[in-house]
Amino acid sequence: MLRIDCPCCGPRDHDEFRYGGDASVTRPAHDDSDFEAWYRYVFVRKNPAGAHREHWQHVLGCRQWLIVERDTRNHAIASVALARKPPTKQPPTNKSPARKPSR
Amino acid sequence: MSSNSKRLAEGGRIDRGRPLEFSFDGSKLTGFQGDTLASALLANGVSLVGRSFKYHRPRGIFSAGAEEPNALVTLGTGGRREPNLPATMLELADGMGAESQNRWPSLAFDVQSLNSLFAPFLSAGFYYKTFMGPTRRAWMFYEHFIRKAAGLGKAAIEPDPDRYEVRHAFADVAIVGGGPAGLSAARAAANAGARVALIEQDFEFGGQILSERPGSEAAAWLQAVEAELEGFGDVSLMARTTAVGLYDGNVLGLVERRDDAQAVGQARQAFTILRAGAIVFAGGAIERPLVFSNNDRPGVMLASAVRTYVNRFAVLPGRKAVVATTNDGAWRTAFDLAAAGAQVTLADLRATLAPALQAEASRLGIAVHAGTHIADLRGGRAVMAARLAGAGGETEVDCDLVCVSGGWSPTVHLTSQLGVKPVYREDIDGFVPGPFAAGQFGAGSVVGGFTTAEAIETGHRAGIGAASYCGKTKPVPAALELQSAKLPAAAFRNIPAARGKAFVDIQMDVTAGDIALAHREGYESVEHLKRYTTLGMGTDQGKTSNFPALSAMAALRGATIPETGTTTFRPPYTPVAIGALAGRAIGRHFKPIRRTPMHDWHIANGADMLEVGLWMRPYFYRGAGRDVNEAYVAEMRFVREAAGLMDISTLGKIDVQGPDAATLLDRVYANGFAKLPVGRARYGVMLRDDGIVFDDGTTTRLGEQRFFMTTSTAKAADVTSRLEFLLDTAWRDLRVAVSSVTDEWAAMSVAGPRSRQVLAAAFPALDLSNEALPHMGVIEGEFDGRALRIIRLSYSGERAYEVYVGASAGEAAWGRLVEVGEPFGLRPYGVEALGALRVEKGHVAGPEIDGRTTLDDLGLGRMVGKRSGFVGDVLRRRPALGEPNRQRLVGLKCLEAGKRLSGGAILFKQGQTRQGHGRGRITSVTYSPTLGAYVGLALLAGDVAMGEEVVAVHRMKNEAVRAHVVSPVFLDPEGERLHG
Ligand SMILES: [Zn+2]
Repeated sequence: MLRIDCPCCGPRDHDEFRYGGDASVTRPAHDDSDFEAWYRYVFVRKNPAGAHREHWQHVLGCRQWLIVERDTRNHAIASVALARKPPTKQPPTNKSPARKPSR
Repeated sequence: MSSNSKRLAEGGRIDRGRPLEFSFDGSKLTGFQGDTLASALLANGVSLVGRSFKYHRPRGIFSAGAEEPNALVTLGTGGRREPNLPATMLELADGMGAESQNRWPSLAFDVQSLNSLFAPFLSAGFYYKTFMGPTRRAWMFYEHFIRKAAGLGKAAIEPDPDRYEVRHAFADVAIVGGGPAGLSAARAAANAGARVALIEQDFEFGGQILSERPGSEAAAWLQAVEAELEGFGDVSLMARTTAVGLYDGNVLGLVERRDDAQAVGQARQAFTILRAGAIVFAGGAIERPLVFSNNDRPGVMLASAVRTYVNRFAVLPGRKAVVATTNDGAWRTAFDLAAAGAQVTLADLRATLAPALQAEASRLGIAVHAGTHIADLRGGRAVMAARLAGAGGETEVDCDLVCVSGGWSPTVHLTSQLGVKPVYREDIDGFVPGPFAAGQFGAGSVVGGFTTAEAIETGHRAGIGAASYCGKTKPVPAALELQSAKLPAAAFRNIPAARGKAFVDIQMDVTAGDIALAHREGYESVEHLKRYTTLGMGTDQGKTSNFPALSAMAALRGATIPETGTTTFRPPYTPVAIGALAGRAIGRHFKPIRRTPMHDWHIANGADMLEVGLWMRPYFYRGAGRDVNEAYVAEMRFVREAAGLMDISTLGKIDVQGPDAATLLDRVYANGFAKLPVGRARYGVMLRDDGIVFDDGTTTRLGEQRFFMTTSTAKAADVTSRLEFLLDTAWRDLRVAVSSVTDEWAAMSVAGPRSRQVLAAAFPALDLSNEALPHMGVIEGEFDGRALRIIRLSYSGERAYEVYVGASAGEAAWGRLVEVGEPFGLRPYGVEALGALRVEKGHVAGPEIDGRTTLDDLGLGRMVGKRSGFVGDVLRRRPALGEPNRQRLVGLKCLEAGKRLSGGAILFKQGQTRQGHGRGRITSVTYSPTLGAYVGLALLAGDVAMGEEVVAVHRMKNEAVRAHVVSPVFLDPEGERLHG
């Protein structure tokens, strides 16, 4: 059972959250007509054994979408941040967000 | 058997002032408060307690704990019947009624023990070899008899009348195991300031200390520590509680049993989800049996268990005992048996023995045989003699009790459940837990500290470590030491391979021969060995058999134990009643129920309710017909000919506000919304990112920056979450807020040619003329002081209005409409009629928007035109989604009088072989009173043209019906009725 430390609500059980998929892929702009870009965004996943950035929404709480860094091997959660307020060190949205190498 | 014939005159931790009546297979017996069912049975001289799983061999009590393979009983009757309970774990209660299992016609005379004669046929892999492959048909015939012959207790069929609880608990430090290590850890952690939960499966704390002689130094130690722990405010002492599962984030699943629950009015079992900051594993170790011929006879017991029965329960299970061991620990059993008056012979496999032990044995008159093991046992329903084999040849010793000890296996089950493999340690010849995760600690036998002194010392350190991990670091007084407990460390060895029927897994009747057979046939991996022989697959999950089986396989392969490896450990550690996991979430409380504001009216007015997701919706109203088929057709007529009233409060409703609200909608809907004028509504379709249709609904523009969106009932939560996702992660620059208002609004549809007149009568203050409220228009007002919105929309194809009113005024508004509508012929209609009305109009819904269809499949492609830049636009152009032969939406009209179409039927072209997936399938059907025939919507391959005939085949209903392929719009294709 994961516990996610929601920046708004504090540590809560994972059954209050909805999983929202890989957060390391970058969504193309809404009017981007590049087929390859959308194909990669929707279908291509790294599936790492290790650190994984992923989206979770606190649906039974503040309803914020979060970016959670979880180790897929042992579910250890390294960080939780609001998706809306990315850390200032994040590059702009048109580039892939920084990703830690697999441990 | 005279009452308590085997009870010692004094001693034990039982309360002789509180006798308890109980029964076993109908015989009335007496025990004492503090007994287990097993100790009480032994005290009464009951040595035969069950028949074995496959061979129906007589079996007796083997252990004194959760590892018990033999003494499984059924408690209770009717709905309270609970099978396969280890008698060793049941706290004796007054009036307890236990029954033995797997015997027929009686425990003493079991005709099926004839199975033993057929034993060669029941060896490892018997089922696979005999009944799979070419002889598989034989299984069909024999299964019934085999299932009757092989098995355990029978489950109850009746509903369980008892109450169960699921609860949540929190602790800084959770300690699994209330023996010396756990108690010492609890004392240390509590002194450091931690909130402690101490979990013990027994009804008494103390673990192995409970098996020490009363009045000993150990017993005094236990009393002192328990008293100290009781003085702490936030130490919860959880007895009768087993930690059955370990989960991520230091979460433990605990099951607490109350066998006297009925008497005290509590839940019979409670499942606790315990979230701990840190965990100390102090679950001790399980003694290993020895493998020799007939080692399963009643009277063979684990040596430590015998010591428990003698010292804790004051029961002397036999007067002539043979103790067979590979280590020092079992000598204590020999000493205590001799002190209690038994005649004892000790056979130690080791050639060289400690002089101190020999001196004590000699003082107590114990005959000691070094370098000796048991070769075979004589006796049927009770052991009568043991054949000892050693350097000096073989001798036979008469006995009525055989105590065995093959060393100790740390209980690594729980710590291994998260996939951390246990690690072999040569010095203790056993497995200990693999590397602990952060916040996890081990103490005592679990980590190989087998002496009481080591348990206390490692427990003390683990308790301090765990508390400190949680930030609790108050100074802790030194560990309470227990000097007498320092026994020399045990030495461990594997016993020589036995001949004859020597059991490795006593519960599953797996012998050393079965393991050898599996090895000969190539099943070398322990996981294969387990499945081929069924080793470790019983209710005891091989707690005593695991290590002996591993050593046997390692020896056969000529491999080391670590090379051979262990099987996978999974929860639960001991069997858990499903009721405990469910708690109160049963029956009506299985899941939450959502009711609309008009729910009570529906019930009071004859609605037959239908579960739609969590919602309760009117299916049909009994006033309209005798059954659903009669009622929905009548309800359709009200709508088509006069007016109908439908509760649509379950629709998802989302308030969308902000300067960029129109931009958001323009991107998430496949059809355009930017130019929707204020005061107008529009039907919209959303796609998923991969281009497949996601959901549909209508959105109304209430103001320049404000929209009111509705979604389907089923997708309400998904759509809201999706909008929030896009705004939070992708389109952070859009200034829009979305919020679900589903529960804030009651909603009802008024549909039919007289709907405008009904509304005008209900809300006389509003101008409902076609000019003021045209099709796809909206007006706002007030009802009963609550907001009112009327949107002119049609799902049924008739002139229709959706009326939204503040939820608390919903029932009043509904009542008003019913009352003023009556003269106009207005009647309520349910979900079945609603579905039928939309099928007649060819509107798609859930059965068609099934997560596989595209806009073009559903005939909605033209809504989009040349737009781009909306969600799903790029990937909907994937070539495979544009194949000409893709299944697309069509209508079907039944061609055979007196027959009906069925949803789910597979469609075949005429003359096509009726096999496989056909050319498509029927998604929705209805009887159309307008057309006087069954009609349906279907998804059908593009190469079957309009006007062609197909056959709709429903194999489970044994139907094959001819139908015409037609336009999906059966009624009023020009949409004239919308204005009627
Ligand atoms: Zn939150």
